[in-house]
Amino acid sequence: MSVRALLVHALLAAGAVIVLMPFAWMLSLSVKEEHEIFTSNLRFLPEHWDWANYIEAFTTGHVGTFLANGAIVTLSILALQIVTIVPAAYVLARKEFRAKPVIFGMVLAVLLIPPQVTAIPVYLMFAEAGLLDSYAALVVPFATSAFGIFLLHQGFKTLPQDLIDAARMDGASEFHTLWFILTPQLLPMIAAFGVFSIVAHWNDFFWPLLVITRIEHATPPLGISIFASDEGGNDVGPMMASATLIVLPLMLAFLIARRRFIEGVTLSGLKG
Amino acid sequence: MSGASEIVALGSAAAPTRVRETAPPLIANALYLLPAFAVLAVFFLLPALATLGISFTDWTLGARKFTFVGLGNYLDLMASAEFRLSLVNTLKLNLFVIPASFLVALALALAIHNTVKLAPLWQTIYFLPVTTTLVAMAFVWQWVLHPEFGVVAWVLTGLGYQPVNWLNDSSLVLYTVGFISLWQLVGYYMVLFLAGLSSIPSSLYEAAAVDGARNPLDRFLHVTWPMLGPTALFVFVITVIKSFQIFDVVRVLTKGGPNKASEIVLHTLYQEGFVFLRTGRAAAIATLFFVVMLALTLYQMRVLDRRVHYGMR
Repeated sequence: MSVRALLVHALLAAGAVIVLMPFAWMLSLSVKEEHEIFTSNLRFLPEHWDWANYIEAFTTGHVGTFLANGAIVTLSILALQIVTIVPAAYVLARKEFRAKPVIFGMVLAVLLIPPQVTAIPVYLMFAEAGLLDSYAALVVPFATSAFGIFLLHQGFKTLPQDLIDAARMDGASEFHTLWFILTPQLLPMIAAFGVFSIVAHWNDFFWPLLVITRIEHATPPLGISIFASDEGGNDVGPMMASATLIVLPLMLAFLIARRRFIEGVTLSGLKG
Repeated sequence: MSGASEIVALGSAAAPTRVRETAPPLIANALYLLPAFAVLAVFFLLPALATLGISFTDWTLGARKFTFVGLGNYLDLMASAEFRLSLVNTLKLNLFVIPASFLVALALALAIHNTVKLAPLWQTIYFLPVTTTLVAMAFVWQWVLHPEFGVVAWVLTGLGYQPVNWLNDSSLVLYTVGFISLWQLVGYYMVLFLAGLSSIPSSLYEAAAVDGARNPLDRFLHVTWPMLGPTALFVFVITVIKSFQIFDVVRVLTKGGPNKASEIVLHTLYQEGFVFLRTGRAAAIATLFFVVMLALTLYQMRVLDRRVHYGMR
């Protein structure tokens, strides 16, 4: 290895220390007793490993509740999105009808709207309907995705017409052709969109902050922020244990399927 | 293919699904489109228009009456010292986060692109923060940066410096918030740059070497940078959009403080709309925010168009 290559690696390693520092510190604090946290005499490994923080994260921190809520909300959103996006994208990609340019224009228009802009009226709708503090408030506004329609529309366009013709020749209905013959062809694209959607909604803070006040329906980021303000932010050990449990699922998914995960997350670059 | 379609025509005529297929296509299309477009209309398009409408009223959340005030909310905002401070803070934060994220990501991508064997390892490490929940990691950063019990204070003390109160010092807090955002997203921009770098054909470097571009700086200036141009522009617009969206860290760690030093536009929007319940005013901020983001996104789409056009991915 040349001197220059060595230098590059040394710099990358120094950067890596900074990038990884919070993870190391989070894990370290999550297994420390309080007197080992509130000390200026720092060390990474605790003198006495204390797993009680993780138990407290579940009992007083309700981390189990918000992990479950996170799973319920992200998976419900994704399921609804797939059910609504696939037929819409298919019709837009493969059918000709007069209103098509207008409808496609609507999709593009929605892509331009940042979520903070629609928040006030959508909040009011849920308040009027008496649906604040419910799963519905977290899921329903995201039941479809303009970005998903746009993406799958591109996908359906690339599929060969022969595939559809052959299915029709065998007597398959349009429904069957769409869901069992065409959609499976787009699975890699749908998987990438799934990663994008799950990451976005697991981590979203702004919307849950508006519509959810009680911990029973809190998603992970809102849950940990409620925990922090309830405890005055001083229950550090259990807080760090909660943080660990909240970031773990997506991080593991990333480490297991690195390529697919990066593909999915960088899709959001196209959306902004 | 005309033969095939004839067979299809024959086939479908004889098929038992004929009844279903002869349903007027317009209705079938509408049924397929309806669920998605109902949601888009009710939760995106109409609310965006409603926000614009509310921004011309003096409505407060929960009130049963309101009056139209025209541009009143906008004029009030422009005259308000607090909102101007919020704008200045947003600008300062962006002027730090955008160039810093862009340059660090570019440097990382260039470094990692050249480390063939260890590239996946470095890429994984630097991408790790992108996968995390920022709110959770913000609480972690709070304790990494804690002036008494944090790692950073410990290092500073060890080096003979005074510990710094990163999140409570009004001259530093914006940069601390900016740094945490940079930490989270730099790996994301890096991956976009890496994709751009790997699409540069190596023959160009060989040709440049023949032409006398032998040191790394020459290669960067004459091959890498010009070829990376469209990607760089694309990444730049994304950094701008993402930094305007910074909110989570401010909300959970500083609430705009100390002394409004980290009060930024999205946080002001949240406070006005959902804490002070001045809905009309919040809608005006949302509309202004929309206009800026709209301009950026439209520009981004143009950039994206060009990038696809040149086949740079």
